[in-house]
Amino acid sequence: MSRALLKANPYLPHKATIREIIEETPAIRTFRIVLDDPAAMAAFSFQPGQVGQLSVFGVGESTFVINSPPTRRETLQFSVMRTGEVTRALHQLNIGDTVGVRAPLGNSFPYASMKGRDVLFVGGGIGMAPLRTLLLTMIDNRADFGDITVIYGARSPQDLCYRYEFDAWRAAGVNLILTVDADSPGWRERVGFVPTVLAEEAPSPYNRVAVTCGPPIMIKFVLAGLKQLGYDDDQIYTTLERRMKCGIGLCGRCNIGGTYVCVDGPVFSGTALRAMLPEL
Amino acid sequence: MKRTCFLSHEDLLSWLARLAEKATVWVPDPDPAHPQVVSYKPFTPGSRPDFRRLPSLSAKGVLYPQGEVLLRFQKDKDPSAPSGYRLSFEDVLPVDCAVLFGCPPCDARGFLVFDEAFLQGPYADPYYRERRERAVVVSRVCRTWDAACFCHAVGSHPADEEGSDVQMIPVTEGHIFRAVTAKGERFLEGVGVQPTLAQHQEAQAALEQGRAQRLEDAALVSPSDDFRKRFSDAAFWRLWTERCLSCGLCTFVCPTCYCFTITDESDGIHGERLRSWDACMFHHFTQEASGHNPRPSKAERYRNRVGHKFSYFPEKHGRIACCGCGRCIRSCPVSMDIRAIVRALSQTEDAHV
Repeated sequence: MSRALLKANPYLPHKATIREIIEETPAIRTFRIVLDDPAAMAAFSFQPGQVGQLSVFGVGESTFVINSPPTRRETLQFSVMRTGEVTRALHQLNIGDTVGVRAPLGNSFPYASMKGRDVLFVGGGIGMAPLRTLLLTMIDNRADFGDITVIYGARSPQDLCYRYEFDAWRAAGVNLILTVDADSPGWRERVGFVPTVLAEEAPSPYNRVAVTCGPPIMIKFVLAGLKQLGYDDDQIYTTLERRMKCGIGLCGRCNIGGTYVCVDGPVFSGTALRAMLPEL
Repeated sequence: MKRTCFLSHEDLLSWLARLAEKATVWVPDPDPAHPQVVSYKPFTPGSRPDFRRLPSLSAKGVLYPQGEVLLRFQKDKDPSAPSGYRLSFEDVLPVDCAVLFGCPPCDARGFLVFDEAFLQGPYADPYYRERRERAVVVSRVCRTWDAACFCHAVGSHPADEEGSDVQMIPVTEGHIFRAVTAKGERFLEGVGVQPTLAQHQEAQAALEQGRAQRLEDAALVSPSDDFRKRFSDAAFWRLWTERCLSCGLCTFVCPTCYCFTITDESDGIHGERLRSWDACMFHHFTQEASGHNPRPSKAERYRNRVGHKFSYFPEKHGRIACCGCGRCIRSCPVSMDIRAIVRALSQTEDAHV
């Protein structure tokens, strides 16, 4: 779908069909979908970090990050945690069911400016979804980046998403550090909260950019941790979440001061966060 | 030279009747049982519009209905489809033409806020655009104001033509109509008669009088810095919003409040995606599925209302999102006064501590 099409009537979704459903955790499912119009699917272009609105007709719409990379175009992927009405309805859907998609929406990670640098990803729970888009884009252009370190944590081993891909990430030269909040039988990776593991690993801020996403409380402590390690605000990126309806900067509920998370975000630099009015 | 014409009271009614054959003509119409209660209603041959009183609701519903259908969808059984059904949907863009006739200048100016938000942002709203492009706004020079009016404080006055296509000026035997925009010029083609010199002078005097009228002296035009400084002053917002009921009436009657919600309604086979007015005064407006709410109490919610109108919107669009009609003050069941709160932003004394 071109941006021009979305501009004609930005409320009109494209029809799409669910091709594959992956049960990531007891509460999170990943949907791989294809736009029904082959021309729209072929023309669909987006940047890592951009989001889309998924509709279940008769229930409503919600915003999710497109978490397949622009470099892999067979399907568009969305990971959905069962939390409210729309996500519960999405979890009821089967392969072959129709959904509506309004995408791409929002801004993206400054991918081009990250080239030639080391990268640190710090993710927690479902917060790994937007990071995966960027991580896979980097893996598919591995030579453009230096060290890629990923610190990814969840409550328990069963709550980690994308477990089936960890080997492939490591094989692509990603330094993957996994952690869970509490030890469990058979777990051979780290135990401890993400900010603690970050402090222990202490990846050097020199020529590195840090990208973090997770529960608000985790982001808060990770930002403080990065500061302590010597990261500047403009080396740090995170994504924000808000309740959204229109997704196009009109309906008035996702604003933080004059900043609309749906069109000005969801990606914000540490510098942008600091300039914002404190209404998180 | 701007086109002007004169219409007597009787000719005005027959012109309205002719207009109503081609478009929906919204006029301020008094309630037969309670003539002091005026609201915008489509003109019908028996209508007797009231061009003096301020309608209790703003005119925003003419171009931005309280509820409207964005999309219609339908599920049809289809055994050949893998899911067993085929889903189809289409958007429903408005096709009606509207004339907003005889609104006060504040209501016409309210649409300038909508124009900025809905037409000048990163995405244009096609539903509003369709209605706006086809609509003609005829505002009247206002001659009846009360203690809640404060258009002057937000840079306007009772003879303001901003946002109107045609201005309607009361003179002794009827009204003078004066084109403001090119659309207004076309609208007045072949209407009425040339005003006499005396009528012309009377109209000029009415305009001068309106322009000179000062409703509320102290300006509310640049409180953005004061707002930012006050933002984190929790005690200030608690004090000023203590009696607020979070009923949302202020946003409902407001000519510039444009926030909305989108909901689906369906019987399982047919359905509609609807857009309805919503209000930042409501708790669930920003309530997230996780339980988190970035504006958990009425203090944060009212702060957002003040901030949106007097800080965020002017910073982005260069105009205050308030036209000074005073409806929020008149309608509030607990007499909240947004003017007092905006003025208090800059008070250096922390009277609330």
